[in-house]
Amino acid sequence: MKKISKTTKSNFITYALVIVAFIFCQIWLKGVIPGFKMGKALRGQMVPICVYIVMAISLNLVVGISGELSLGHAGFMSVGAFTGAVASAWLLGAFAMENEILRLIIAMLMGGCIAAIAGVIIGVPVLRLRGDYLAIVTLAFGEIIKNVMNCMYFSLDGGRLYVAFNDPSLPGKMLIDGPKGTKGVSTIASFGMGFALIIVTLIVVLNLINSRSGRAIMAIRDNRIAAESVGLNITKYKMMAFVTSSAICGMAGALYGLNYSSVVATKFNFNTSILVLVFVVLGGIGNIRGSIIAAALLTILPELLREFADYRMLVYAIVLILVMLATNNPKLRLLIDNIVGKIKGGKHSAKEADKA
Amino acid sequence: MSMRSETKMVPTRPVGIVPERDLDHCPVLEASHLGIEFGGLHAVDDFNLVIGKTEIAGLIGPNGAGKTTVFNLLTKVYQPTMGTILLNGRDTAGMNTIQVNQHGIARTFQNIRLFNNMSVEDNVRIGLHNQIKYGMFSGIFRLPTFWKNEKRQHEKAPDLLSILNRQDMADVPAGSLPYGAQRRLEIIRALATNPSLLLLDEPAAGMNPHETEELMQNIVKIRDQFQIAVLLIEHDMNLVMGICEGICVLNFGKIIAKGTAAEIQSNPTVIEAYLGKRKEG
Repeated sequence: MKKISKTTKSNFITYALVIVAFIFCQIWLKGVIPGFKMGKALRGQMVPICVYIVMAISLNLVVGISGELSLGHAGFMSVGAFTGAVASAWLLGAFAMENEILRLIIAMLMGGCIAAIAGVIIGVPVLRLRGDYLAIVTLAFGEIIKNVMNCMYFSLDGGRLYVAFNDPSLPGKMLIDGPKGTKGVSTIASFGMGFALIIVTLIVVLNLINSRSGRAIMAIRDNRIAAESVGLNITKYKMMAFVTSSAICGMAGALYGLNYSSVVATKFNFNTSILVLVFVVLGGIGNIRGSIIAAALLTILPELLREFADYRMLVYAIVLILVMLATNNPKLRLLIDNIVGKIKGGKHSAKEADKA
Repeated sequence: MSMRSETKMVPTRPVGIVPERDLDHCPVLEASHLGIEFGGLHAVDDFNLVIGKTEIAGLIGPNGAGKTTVFNLLTKVYQPTMGTILLNGRDTAGMNTIQVNQHGIARTFQNIRLFNNMSVEDNVRIGLHNQIKYGMFSGIFRLPTFWKNEKRQHEKAPDLLSILNRQDMADVPAGSLPYGAQRRLEIIRALATNPSLLLLDEPAAGMNPHETEELMQNIVKIRDQFQIAVLLIEHDMNLVMGICEGICVLNFGKIIAKGTAAEIQSNPTVIEAYLGKRKEG
């Protein structure tokens, strides 16, 4: 029998984790088991959780795998969200596409495409920079997108799409009303689609990492000079990671935009970028499974902390700091390793006992 | 400029540091009047060197003589401000490091530069990057080309590792290898890019006499097996005098002597560069 490699096994666990979590949530949502039904507040969080998981995975591709710090990923999310909202309304208005699932998929793909184009435009100049400079420029990009979106007006009039900059006098039904954000979006986003997006993202990112291109991306992260000396095209692979990441962000953004009847551009500010970065750092830089878990838990956490009322964000910050300290404490890590080792060792001895 | 980028005819003048080594008079590398200036300082000046196919050449000199700078010029880490470099008869003017590598120069580094977080096998696979290719989309969607080429890479990597007896370490992270093994892995990675000229920057640094002995055998073995030329910088004179067919001595950025080991050992200029001038009277 062919030996299954360590990475294949690890990827399999990641997929299994997501699928099991989805099934569990579905049971919880539908209330299959009597007395075990999700509360309304948490139910509203299901799509955002999916969106943030996808955001965390895609940011991890840039921060963890490609080794560049990007602080502007909310910008790509914003591009995706507004593109998605316009695309969905346009498909309904111009093509009378009633099928919600199909409309959602196309809107997400369009959001991904436009965000990818934004990624290319940002990436070409920015990826020549290194380290801190890259972080600063991506941060500026996020702010620029936010402010540009604040001045954009989209309207739909009898299947025709009107666009204006800084000019609210457009005919027909407003889709994006400048600083007021998207208006009257039909909320077609669903938890099932969120789950599908997570799986697609995982397939794309994990397969990319474990391929020739992914190895090149990681080699450039590990040692740029050596990577050049063996003939790797640095710019090409940095762009590949950045644009793939921005496209995925755009898709997540589209899903997010179609989950609320109104989303304003200021939602996708610096704080959102940092929030996603926190998921990545807490889950472990370069660790995809960690990002998923961190994104899910930290999206729910503020909801669970609601009873602290005004002190909610304070407690949230304290929890973050404690988790960081705890996971970086060598003694605690050793203890965890010991426990894990004992559990595994225990299983092993049990098996041996069975054999005997 | 257009003249320069054209492929030049193979020169008919004597080639190689030691002319008789290069029997077919078709050098791998021909650097003429090569030089670089850092703000008025001539780090390397009027550097002329011809290396024949399958020649093992040594580049020696006191510290700060500009040996590594020569390597950086040849691999276009620095763009030379003077002179030309012909690689297999082709002018490398305007090429960058990546293109020079694709045209046949591979190198190792004085301070080891491996992809530390990746496994030994993956390091070799990165070396094979431009040899066994498939696109990003075949990788993401796991198309048949992905499986075919991954298999080829997976089969080729142990072959390369076995040259220096490293095949048992394929799954170990490169950063956790012992020092000597890291140096060897760097050579294997460079070889994986299918070069015609291998540049080794102090390959024996930090090795004990036994390891150095093994390294000498390995360099000759690599030359014979791959039929490539090797240019090495080294301070270990046993290694240089033992395996280099031609030796070039550099001091203050200028070549002060060229020749065989015996010629270099008895050259008064070289002795002076290393040991200083004997006091008169």
